[in-house]
Amino acid sequence: MARSERRLKRAGEGALLGGVCAGIGRSLDIDPVLVRIAAVIVTVATGGLGIVGYGLLWGLLPAEQGRVPAKPSAPTGRNSWLVGAAVGLMTFGLLFIFRELGVWWSDALVWPVVLAATGAGLLWRQFTGPGSEVETVDEPVSGPRAPETGSVKSPGRDRNRPSSRFGSYRGFFGLALVLGAAVLFLYINGAFSAARDAALAAVTVIVVAGLVLAPLWVRLGRNLGRERAERIRSQERAEVAAHLHDSVLQTLALMQKQSDDPRKVSTLARRQERELREWLSGKTESERETSLASALEAVAAEVEERHGVPIDAVTVGDHLLNERGAALVAASREAMTNAVRHAGDAGTIRLYAEIFGDEAQVFIRDRGDGFDLESVPEDRRGVRDSILGRMERNGGSAKVRSGEGEGTEVELRMEMK
Amino acid sequence: MSQTRVAIVDDHAIFRAGVAAELKAGVEVIGEASTVREAVSLIAAKQPDVVLLDVHMPDGGGQEVIRQTLTSHPEIKFLALSVSDAPEDVVAIVRAGARGYVTKTISGPDLLDAIERVKQGDAVFSPQLAGFVLDAFSGRMDPEASDAELDLLTPREQEVLRLIARGYLYKEIARRLGISVKTVEAHASSVLRKLQLSTRHELSRWAAERDLID
Repeated sequence: MARSERRLKRAGEGALLGGVCAGIGRSLDIDPVLVRIAAVIVTVATGGLGIVGYGLLWGLLPAEQGRVPAKPSAPTGRNSWLVGAAVGLMTFGLLFIFRELGVWWSDALVWPVVLAATGAGLLWRQFTGPGSEVETVDEPVSGPRAPETGSVKSPGRDRNRPSSRFGSYRGFFGLALVLGAAVLFLYINGAFSAARDAALAAVTVIVVAGLVLAPLWVRLGRNLGRERAERIRSQERAEVAAHLHDSVLQTLALMQKQSDDPRKVSTLARRQERELREWLSGKTESERETSLASALEAVAAEVEERHGVPIDAVTVGDHLLNERGAALVAASREAMTNAVRHAGDAGTIRLYAEIFGDEAQVFIRDRGDGFDLESVPEDRRGVRDSILGRMERNGGSAKVRSGEGEGTEVELRMEMK
Repeated sequence: MSQTRVAIVDDHAIFRAGVAAELKAGVEVIGEASTVREAVSLIAAKQPDVVLLDVHMPDGGGQEVIRQTLTSHPEIKFLALSVSDAPEDVVAIVRAGARGYVTKTISGPDLLDAIERVKQGDAVFSPQLAGFVLDAFSGRMDPEASDAELDLLTPREQEVLRLIARGYLYKEIARRLGISVKTVEAHASSVLRKLQLSTRHELSRWAAERDLID
């Protein structure tokens, strides 16, 4: 967005005449007053060329959208005529300056050039100025600056609407002026009577064609850019749609099918919520694979999914996932599985992990009646080995706390170094 | 004892209806609002005890509602309710003046409990919020910080928060630490105050990113 903000545009706000100087000032980050002073100096120094430059820029630069020009009224039909007249008059003045300076060929040139300039001015205004938006208003978004709200833009559009009927008429008039100027030029030079100067005629035709077709090319280029932006946007939309289809819609369908089993529905909803959050967070696969906190959250999700018992995980701090971390994660998984078996019906199981510096602590708490790690029957040795044994082998420790009515909490502690 | 009067502010009608149905058992729902403007006039007209506030709404969300009403109605308590558990959302709404933050998946009885606690002026920490606060107040101190007292949690406050994060209820925390429930509540309120007033780098950064600093 930053780039498009800096692009050269005619300013709407703070414009004195056409907004050209204000626009240049804004894009270069200079005070527009300085730009205006420079423009006057350039104009005087070049004997009026600055005025032509200004007129050209006025016609060529896209107007800043969203903000309706403060002083010059919005591009109405009348305004375009004024622009055409202004271009004609400026050309007229310029020709006089050239004549005074001695850069002169023939007086016969004056009227054809003035007419051609007026017509070209009208044509350019018609096809490249703000008025050209009229024919594309029905597009949902115009240009790459989509965030502009419609409410800001619509008043300008509405003002454009009445003039669109006259738009093509204006274009034809401009075309007629340019062609008329060409005919006049050829007539004055005697090209019709003698056809003596074929080269002159050819050059004239090319110049005329250029004047008439150039604005169309410019517009074509702009439309191409707009279409590209639109295509990129629709690709993004398709990606999001595909993702939602693969995940959310599938889950919703599953939930409808299993609506008689509240536990399954809740498990599905939680899984979907987790997936969506993960997707929205934008974390990459590698970020998740190297983080102890992410690994703990992932294993909590895995146990929850396998057994259909909700597990809430809260993690504070993080550490690079190393061998000891992996052992801690495995022990946590076993503790959670155990909690699910013993207290799966007593509500949510909570995992809280605190990882500060090199020390990691994991608490797994359920609301069940609790159990004594030492008195676990022989055939359930797996619990002891996989929690206590694993932690101790890796230099950590495990404790189980059970209180009447307070559930059971397994505390795992591990130095990560 | 008269029933607690609650207003529900959320731009999702389905969610408002669901919460209202859940709350009917314990409190009096005096009105619902779906926009900031509606909420502000509802609060001014009906003066509820507690306002349940969605964090994300058009026109500025829950923060804007608090901003426009807290100065004129300082006695009204706000409890934020959100699908988001992103730290910046928590910081934003609590710093704006909410007395607590719970996620929308909270059960009906738990929500009623949270409303009563907020009404009495206590802070409501979900395990997620407690974990986040521990995270934000951990680590190195910003040496530039002006008020160190506000930027540090006392060991007791950390202990209380840790137990909240582990899923202990206030009365269980009181029993474990050998203190009264009132003292646990005092610690929680103190943490909330620090969260609102602290200039810790992490907190102010999140706030700045959200244009919360005037």
